[in-house]
Amino acid sequence: MKRIITLNVNEKEYEVAVAPNRTLAQVLREDLNLLGTKIGCDMGDCGACTVILDDRPVNSCLVLAVQANERKITTIEGVADGPHLHPVQQAFVEHGAIQCGFCSPGMILSAKSLLEKNSKPTEYEIREALSGNLCRCTGYQKIVEAVKAASQTMKK
Amino acid sequence: MKEFAIINTRLPKVDAWAKATGDARYTDDLSMPNMLYGALLQSPLAHARIKSIDISRAKRLPGVKDVITAKEAGLIKYGVSPARYDETVFCDQKVRYIGDEIAAVAAIDLETALEAVSLIEVEYEELPILLDPFEAMKEGVIAIHDEFPNNICAEVHQEFGNVEEAFKECDYIRTDKFVNKKQDGAFIEPQSCIAFYDLNGNLTLTTSTQTVHYVQRTVAMVLGLPVGKVRVTKPCVGGGFGPKASANTIELASSILSMRTGRPVKMTFTREQVFQHSRARHQFWHELTTGVKKDGSLIALKNTCHMDGGAYSSFGIATVYYGGSLLGAPYKLPNMKYDGYRMYTNKPANGAQRGHGGVVARAAWEQQLDVIAEELGMDPLEMRLKNMMKRGDTTCNDFNMSSFGMEECLEAIRDGSGWKKKKGKLPKGKGIGVACGFFVSGAGFPIYRSETFHSTAMIKLSEDGGTINLYTAAADIGQGSDTILTMMAAEAIGVRYEDVRVLSGDTDFGVDLGAYSSRQTLMSGHAVKQAGEDVRDQVLEVLSRNFKIPVEDMDIKKGLIIFKKKKPDFSVLRSTYIKEHRGWVDPPVGDELTFKEAARVAYFEKGVVVGRGSYKPGDLGGKYKGAAVGTSPAYGCSAQVVEVTVDMETGKVTIDDMTDAHDCGFAINPTNIEGQMQGSLSMGVGEALFEEIKFDDKGRVVNPTLGEYRIPTALDMPNVNTIIIESNEPNGPWGAKEVGEGAIMPTIPAILNAIYDATGVRVRELPVTSERLFTLMKEQEKK
Ligand code: FES
Ligand code: FES
Repeated sequence: MKRIITLNVNEKEYEVAVAPNRTLAQVLREDLNLLGTKIGCDMGDCGACTVILDDRPVNSCLVLAVQANERKITTIEGVADGPHLHPVQQAFVEHGAIQCGFCSPGMILSAKSLLEKNSKPTEYEIREALSGNLCRCTGYQKIVEAVKAASQTMKK
Repeated sequence: MKEFAIINTRLPKVDAWAKATGDARYTDDLSMPNMLYGALLQSPLAHARIKSIDISRAKRLPGVKDVITAKEAGLIKYGVSPARYDETVFCDQKVRYIGDEIAAVAAIDLETALEAVSLIEVEYEELPILLDPFEAMKEGVIAIHDEFPNNICAEVHQEFGNVEEAFKECDYIRTDKFVNKKQDGAFIEPQSCIAFYDLNGNLTLTTSTQTVHYVQRTVAMVLGLPVGKVRVTKPCVGGGFGPKASANTIELASSILSMRTGRPVKMTFTREQVFQHSRARHQFWHELTTGVKKDGSLIALKNTCHMDGGAYSSFGIATVYYGGSLLGAPYKLPNMKYDGYRMYTNKPANGAQRGHGGVVARAAWEQQLDVIAEELGMDPLEMRLKNMMKRGDTTCNDFNMSSFGMEECLEAIRDGSGWKKKKGKLPKGKGIGVACGFFVSGAGFPIYRSETFHSTAMIKLSEDGGTINLYTAAADIGQGSDTILTMMAAEAIGVRYEDVRVLSGDTDFGVDLGAYSSRQTLMSGHAVKQAGEDVRDQVLEVLSRNFKIPVEDMDIKKGLIIFKKKKPDFSVLRSTYIKEHRGWVDPPVGDELTFKEAARVAYFEKGVVVGRGSYKPGDLGGKYKGAAVGTSPAYGCSAQVVEVTVDMETGKVTIDDMTDAHDCGFAINPTNIEGQMQGSLSMGVGEALFEEIKFDDKGRVVNPTLGEYRIPTALDMPNVNTIIIESNEPNGPWGAKEVGEGAIMPTIPAILNAIYDATGVRVRELPVTSERLFTLMKEQEKK
């Protein structure tokens, strides 16, 4: 039986009818066409599907859509302010933190969420915050540098 | 030093904005009206005869549009190398590994397709399973492929010089064995594709691939379509590292399903299917015997290698050659003998992965060289320097090092890491290690025998002259070729980065063998450079006629025409341009004639302004059998120093520091180069310390998830001191050559040598888990 739920995604309300077994990742991608959220494993291992759910980064492939009912969700599509990139996104672009880009939406959301809680993270804190987001391309160094740089610009 | 406007700068990647905002589209993000979803039936047994397949119940399930097996798909054999086409789309008589594909379903949604798959009934007769390649090659065991009675898929025997004779002159000879474990590509985007066969008889296959050209050829051959009717195109690809460099079952199955149903069909691998499909790093068993003189000069190497190939050949024929040929450098080595064997087993097929067949051989040998240096009482870094090849040298197996900044690399890491202060002086539990490596800048020959160009490029100017469209079939899979080729096009023409728009990864855009063997910067780069210069020349020739100024007296820089002598009066030209484009936002301004005005003049004269470029390597030497694997127009090379801490209580290894120098010839974009170096190193760290695909005794992968198959996380990687060395490669565009794979070569042995320095233990089996190292340390204590 489908259930009607309300999702607040990127500050917009969506009413969707969902079957109880559908994950938030599926509903975001398939029903709301928010395809920036990626699926790398569908098992909670890779972090490509990371979204921010009520101020906390979560693997949206492990969250049932019905569990997100009436909660606030930020996906990668909600990070930039119109044409203006968020400082984390800007830093990822400038520091070469993006190679294939499949991990980038999840990485950017994890980093943004970290910086909102901790505006001056140490390198270890950055690495720890990103440790649930796998990247096979970059070796993480430029990602970490980008997050450091973003924390600098955000402070200003 | 020549000054460049675009290349040799750290411009952001062309696709970075789209990828940072979530706008970038990968295959699984795409859909088409009326699209069906496909699913595969795969074998639950590692080796069995198929007695019968009943698809009738699956076909009757509402929502199912088609079910196909070998009967419908046919039995045309394909693979990577034409000499070993040993796969069919679906298994016919036999299944050969757990995951081998038996049937596919197309249905209105994925759930229905999966349900239909579960309704297909297959009757099997189980056969003995061969999981160990040494078992598989014994006389009298069952053949996995009838054509290969003792399961030897390929063997190679090469000798350069005379190794046995040379050993007689040696002062010191030693033999060591080494083994790694089967690795997984572990790219984060699983393979996905959408096939659509339209009513005009054109097949468009959109797929997550590294090689649109090879996929096009394979699909055309297997489906019996004229190659011109098959278009293969890739959107963004989420990494590949080798396993996505050849056609896969879902590409073929979805194409067949689309032809039969007349509807688009999408298929996507689950993560478990990525592990089953595999085509990643082989497991290698090397036995190396090296002979040297007292002074450390290398005299001879005997290398025997056995490889677990898995159920099919994939890239394996090339791999078995690379397992030998890639030890021919970077040291002067006059005598080398190689015997390589690749066996079929009932496991997922192994193929190519970053560094291809050379990574494990390199790990084995560089560790052995360390042992030899110690035995001779030499500093291992100095011994390497002593034997190092120089620019212009040719290896005993005929690889010409037309540029070779290896000495510079070694000196850079020695000085950059503080080697002299640290080597031999670190406390117990801390260690430092060094290693070197090199790699091809593109395979010198295509996978199939052909005179084909390896890369073509076309540059077309827009009618207003303001946009330069670059068409290439090269594949950006994250490594950044779109960016590099855009930069090259802009540099060659003399325009700005943002004026060039790259359209890539599509067989409609030309021929390009794709993203494998670290070839695109050099090969696609040559084609793009040539196309850019062609456009530039055409525009300048038209201007020359119009203004009666010789071409040599003009140049194009940053989108402006430079008149070296007297600037002509172009006011009429400008006012015409502005009049024609009245109401447009970007009228040409300033004191200089802009490229777009000039291009507009060229357009008036020619209608279409197209620059063309094409590249294939010249004669590469090497006339012996197998010379095609390893000969390349250029070789990149690198050296690394790694520092580790080993917890002496538990055997846990922590990588503290890595210093890496890579000779890429010339850095088109230093940020991208560093990214390739850092990414290579992290894959090497994973293979050295924890990556291992494990099987149970039935041949099932027991860790087919990114949780249980562990790759490095942000916490596992240290910061790498990346040093770029430029040696100006004569065969590369602007002197550029590879970086994507060569950088992984020294990583594993440098780690192993550092672990030895920290613990006194030589580890000759990967991965170096804490358990393995702990056990070895205990054994050592007992001695
Ligand atoms: S897709 Fe959700 S964690 Fe991998
Ligand atoms: S950029 Fe490719 S996985 Fe991170």
